[in-house]
Amino acid sequence: MTRWTPDPSFYPSPREAATAPVEKLAYVAAFDRTAQRPDAIVVLDTDPESADYGRVVGWTDLPHTGDELHHFGWNACSSALCPTAPHPHVERRYLIVPGLRSSRIHVFDTRPDPRAPQLVKVVGAQELAEKSGYSRPHTVHCGPDGIYLSALGGVDGAEGPGGIAVLDHTTFAVRGAWEADRGPQFLAYDVWWHLTQDVLVTSEWGTPSMIEDGIVGELLLGRKYGHAIHFWDLAKRRHVQRVDLGDQYQMPLELRPAHDPTRSYGFVGVVISVEDLSASVWLWHRDGDGADAGWAVTRVIDIPAEPADPADLPDLLKPFGAVPPLVTDIDLSVDDRFLYVSCWGTGELRRYDVSDPFHPVLVGSVRLGGIVARAAHPAAPDEPLAGGPQMVEVSRDGRRVYVSNSLYGSWDDQFYPDGVGAWLAKLDVDPEHGGLTPDERFFPHGEQFRGLRVHQTRLQGGDASSDSYCFP
Amino acid sequence: MTGRTLLAVAALGAFHGLNPAMGWLFAVARGLQERRRAALLAALPPVAAGHLASVAVVAALVTATRSVTTSTTLTVTGGAVLVGFGLWRLLSRRHFRWAGMRLSTAQVAGWSFLMSSAHGAGLMLLPVLLADPPAGGHAGHLAATPAGALTGLLAAGVHTVAMLAVALTVAVVVYGVLGVGVLRRVWFNVDRLWAGVLVAAGVVTLAAAI
Repeated sequence: MTRWTPDPSFYPSPREAATAPVEKLAYVAAFDRTAQRPDAIVVLDTDPESADYGRVVGWTDLPHTGDELHHFGWNACSSALCPTAPHPHVERRYLIVPGLRSSRIHVFDTRPDPRAPQLVKVVGAQELAEKSGYSRPHTVHCGPDGIYLSALGGVDGAEGPGGIAVLDHTTFAVRGAWEADRGPQFLAYDVWWHLTQDVLVTSEWGTPSMIEDGIVGELLLGRKYGHAIHFWDLAKRRHVQRVDLGDQYQMPLELRPAHDPTRSYGFVGVVISVEDLSASVWLWHRDGDGADAGWAVTRVIDIPAEPADPADLPDLLKPFGAVPPLVTDIDLSVDDRFLYVSCWGTGELRRYDVSDPFHPVLVGSVRLGGIVARAAHPAAPDEPLAGGPQMVEVSRDGRRVYVSNSLYGSWDDQFYPDGVGAWLAKLDVDPEHGGLTPDERFFPHGEQFRGLRVHQTRLQGGDASSDSYCFP
Repeated sequence: MTGRTLLAVAALGAFHGLNPAMGWLFAVARGLQERRRAALLAALPPVAAGHLASVAVVAALVTATRSVTTSTTLTVTGGAVLVGFGLWRLLSRRHFRWAGMRLSTAQVAGWSFLMSSAHGAGLMLLPVLLADPPAGGHAGHLAATPAGALTGLLAAGVHTVAMLAVALTVAVVVYGVLGVGVLRRVWFNVDRLWAGVLVAAGVVTLAAAI
């Protein structure tokens, strides 16, 4: 049933959203690498006033095993206020949780008890395949006209193309493939948009066989992983432009467009350059003036590899004698002022001032984990940490940053062969004066996650990568 | 067409103009996107044109038909359609969508036409039009049809002028004074109220026929 007034977690503009109340709970996708036990949606208490602050306060198992939870998202968000399909009286209450390995899509209801999400629907891999022609569902975005779900693989043994499936807003049934004309696009990963400009952007990782058993060295050195981003006409569902970053820049993954709908730029993180193992962040922007100008990309951040003793490195990296930063996630604050960059290889979270998006300024850094560094958290200074800051989520007011440490089961095992562990950290930010400080009261890790690995965090009411806005 | 009828038709126009889904919200978004009020003002005339077309089709059809057929048949049919459509709007969980934001003037008019039609904007005028004394004095003549249709067009025109005036006022005030933050607080579920009005209008129409 619909509401009489808009869902209070919807905001017309990013400026309004930045005034949102502090989140009380966070939802975390956790998975069992051995596929013997069910994956789970884990609920964390994020209310500093609560006695359970920083602890696991809810746990909902999935009905099957072997899903490998990865990314997930809300059924509805601020885009419901958009004028072309206004329906702000729906509720933000369902979590859409795809299994990246199983291709099953789970729907959890957080309304009856926010600490105990209830499974209300499972869309099987078969339905996804038959209706959309896709498998390996990944990114979830609440669009004005449906739920957009990127998917990495094809069906019936086909590796691809990957693409976008659209789910019905209310029934969560698969409506079909989104693309009317995909042009040269074949590889898929992330998707987001400039809603008011009728522009959709997608990035590239690899096909299922290129990723599911671990990163393939020959493919990487052969520059076969994705190295381009694609621009689409959101209204006509047609491919418009492929922008190649250069084939040495392997795996442009997370897409973070400006939240301000009048701006036409965004950031994309690139995992690795095969020439020097560095990582980079690129800015996409209009190539010229006017709303119809084409798109171009500019590399705005370079992060070099750190030399290391081969004896300290996993087999994969021994020949190189260096730790690649591996930028696996980036996140842009709702006010578009700060970009957070996860270096999962070196174990560093960087904070850049991107007020001038063409010239980011490094203004903060925290070291946690890392392939060689194994930097400890101040709350447990004697415990070397494996993994590194990976998925990063920023609260709507920009004051709290959450990072989780697992990348993807088989890749964790390659880069952290002695075990990636499980931990989630919260960092406090002072938006005015800078600073990025681990919160010593908030460090759920180890036993608290019952042997599961933690991949992504979503904040109750929305966060910096969950909502799109149609008003500046 | 009596003054009371015109007043009622205009009041319904004001109600339609108030609905964010009928166009003013789109105009505000246009203005904010381009950072100029002229863009807002330019968006509303095509919105009104689309609304006019949608309402005029229904209104002209009704007033022309009632000049050639018995009013009871028309009233009962119209009432039943209203109740049915209203219930469908009330119970359906689908919402009308339009794929794009960057629209030409003609596309905005088309969007508005579809939006108004999907919401049954013209249907809402039925009870008012049916309650109005028939045009031409004596019904039953085919010759009266064009005149009847004209009455409907007049009603649609008055209705749309009121709709445009209200939509324009709301859009300008939200754009320039209140800001879009007001949407979070005052945007009550017009769709549900709207559906309720449709059902009520149908019931009133049916009651009048019996």
